[in-house]
Amino acid sequence: MTDRLISLRSVEKYYESYHALRGISLDIRSGEFFSLLGPSGCGKTTLLRAIAGFETLSSGELLIDGTDMVGVPANRRPTNMVFQSYAIFPHLSVAENVGFGLRRTSQTQAERMRAVCAALEMVGLEGFGGRAAHAISGGQRQRVALARALILEPKVLLLDEPLSALDKKMREQMQAELRRLQRQVGITFILVTHDQEEALIMSDRIAIMFDGEIAQVDPPATLYHRPASRRVAEFVGMMNFLPAEIKAQDDQGATVDVAGLGQVKLSDDQIIGNGPGAEIGVRPETMSLLSGEAPPDGSRVMSGKVDDRAYYGDMSFYQVAIEGTDQTLTVSMKNVMGGELLNPGAPASVAWDPRALLLFRA
Amino acid sequence: MRRRWLGVYAVAYLLFLYAPILLLPLFAFNASTIIAFPLQGFTTEWFVDLTTVSALHDAVKNSLLIALVTAVLSTVLGICAARAGARYSFPAKSPIMGFIMVPLVLPEIIVGVSLLVLLIQILGVSLSSLTVILGHVLICTPFSVSILNTSFQSLDPALEEAAVDLGETPWSSFRLIVLPLVTPGLISSFLIAFTISFDEFIIAFFLSGVEPTLPVYIWGQLRFPQQLPVIMALGTILVGFSILLLTVAEIFRRRGLARAGALDQGGFL
Repeated sequence: MTDRLISLRSVEKYYESYHALRGISLDIRSGEFFSLLGPSGCGKTTLLRAIAGFETLSSGELLIDGTDMVGVPANRRPTNMVFQSYAIFPHLSVAENVGFGLRRTSQTQAERMRAVCAALEMVGLEGFGGRAAHAISGGQRQRVALARALILEPKVLLLDEPLSALDKKMREQMQAELRRLQRQVGITFILVTHDQEEALIMSDRIAIMFDGEIAQVDPPATLYHRPASRRVAEFVGMMNFLPAEIKAQDDQGATVDVAGLGQVKLSDDQIIGNGPGAEIGVRPETMSLLSGEAPPDGSRVMSGKVDDRAYYGDMSFYQVAIEGTDQTLTVSMKNVMGGELLNPGAPASVAWDPRALLLFRA
Repeated sequence: MRRRWLGVYAVAYLLFLYAPILLLPLFAFNASTIIAFPLQGFTTEWFVDLTTVSALHDAVKNSLLIALVTAVLSTVLGICAARAGARYSFPAKSPIMGFIMVPLVLPEIIVGVSLLVLLIQILGVSLSSLTVILGHVLICTPFSVSILNTSFQSLDPALEEAAVDLGETPWSSFRLIVLPLVTPGLISSFLIAFTISFDEFIIAFFLSGVEPTLPVYIWGQLRFPQQLPVIMALGTILVGFSILLLTVAEIFRRRGLARAGALDQGGFL
């Protein structure tokens, strides 16, 4: 059963007339760090809460480790959850919070104490057990919530946007720590997030959800480089879209005419979908602004004019208006020490690689 | 200049509010049966007299019993309403929650008269402490609901879910998590309902029959001028008692907010 710890089959959820989950089928493997990624309202939290047992499914099947979970209440499921608000019990101490789930186990007091200490140590809070729960910081509350959920050694740990309340620095630190913790305990983690960067950094696999449906399930690199649709490509990372006209297409590939780029030959694995429409997608980092040097091998060059520039420290994002069209492309460049930045109005030549293009047919 | 007038205004305002009440202890310790200035000297005779009147003792017992039962009932009803309002959605929720609060502004004399008509004419129930409890629960429940609303609404619903997630049943997580966190609100609601019921006159006057409550007994005694200083002594004790209860109620309300980490958004004191 290792490759199917959680199985969802044709899961539907209605709230009165609102269709929150539409035919979700999904397998989550044992020991993987899995993320549910999507914009707010896409149903990712509903799906997580359904796995936890806080939402009843309108129809469909949910199996955890081969056991049917329909009708099993949340307190008897092998899952534990880290809530978005952390839900730390404010009237209990840190140790009482962490040990709360052990109340119903047959362990002795001494065993429980040891388990609490071990759990606190695991999240880097040794010595905090005696503190009052309301007297600790946001980052520490998050760790207490983690320790409290992991102490029961669940088969699945569910995390509902656990990092959204933290500031950027703390969030980056916790991302690394969650990843480390997951490898250490080997428990399956399911993370709900709307932050694509967070999902890419932490996950083994990501399911992208839109409007209650799963749009794609893949490892981060596949999701980024081979998005299943234009919508996924737009949501994960940044992508430029240009209208294209199909000149010829067979099972080897296609020849397209792209506004501003001219005629391009694309291989079959660059073509996504098989609808009548055609659009070319190109990521900002696959192009470069040339300042006099020769374009990289296999690249072609087009000319344009810098419209605008956004400076990010390590990177700059240029809006380049392509000559002879009304199209604008976003091109990102690494900033190098002593390098010159192009200013708005400056002429620019953009090198682009036909192998980095994707053709979306929808 | 302006600040000084505001100061004078504030003092006058407070005098208007509290001067009548301050007269109570003044005459309660005054060695004369006539309530008038100048004061005649210090005595505790009136307080001693209080201990000898058995009708007064019965009235106090009635009032304490009524206040206790009323406080328990309206707090329990308050828990149910506040919990429903905070956690569940149901059809016509806001009108229902609104109508629960209406007795707060109904004239008590109207409530008293209508209950009297209902109990005597329609249901044929004889008047007793039970009927007073009924009337008092009716006027105290809105106070309990409004105090408990604050307690229940400041609770994160995820707290209960977290307890269930960690293996507790819905009932045990209510007991282990929700109840401890709303206990200060419960105590506050209990004490406020108790105080309101204990002091209430109009409804008790209509519904108490032959078992007078303390305020009804005091009203009856006003016919006898020589009893006035004793009433003053009794009034002094009651005011002290009410202030004590309300203070305790407020302390618990604030402690509850602090415990749940919420912001203080007012209250009754």
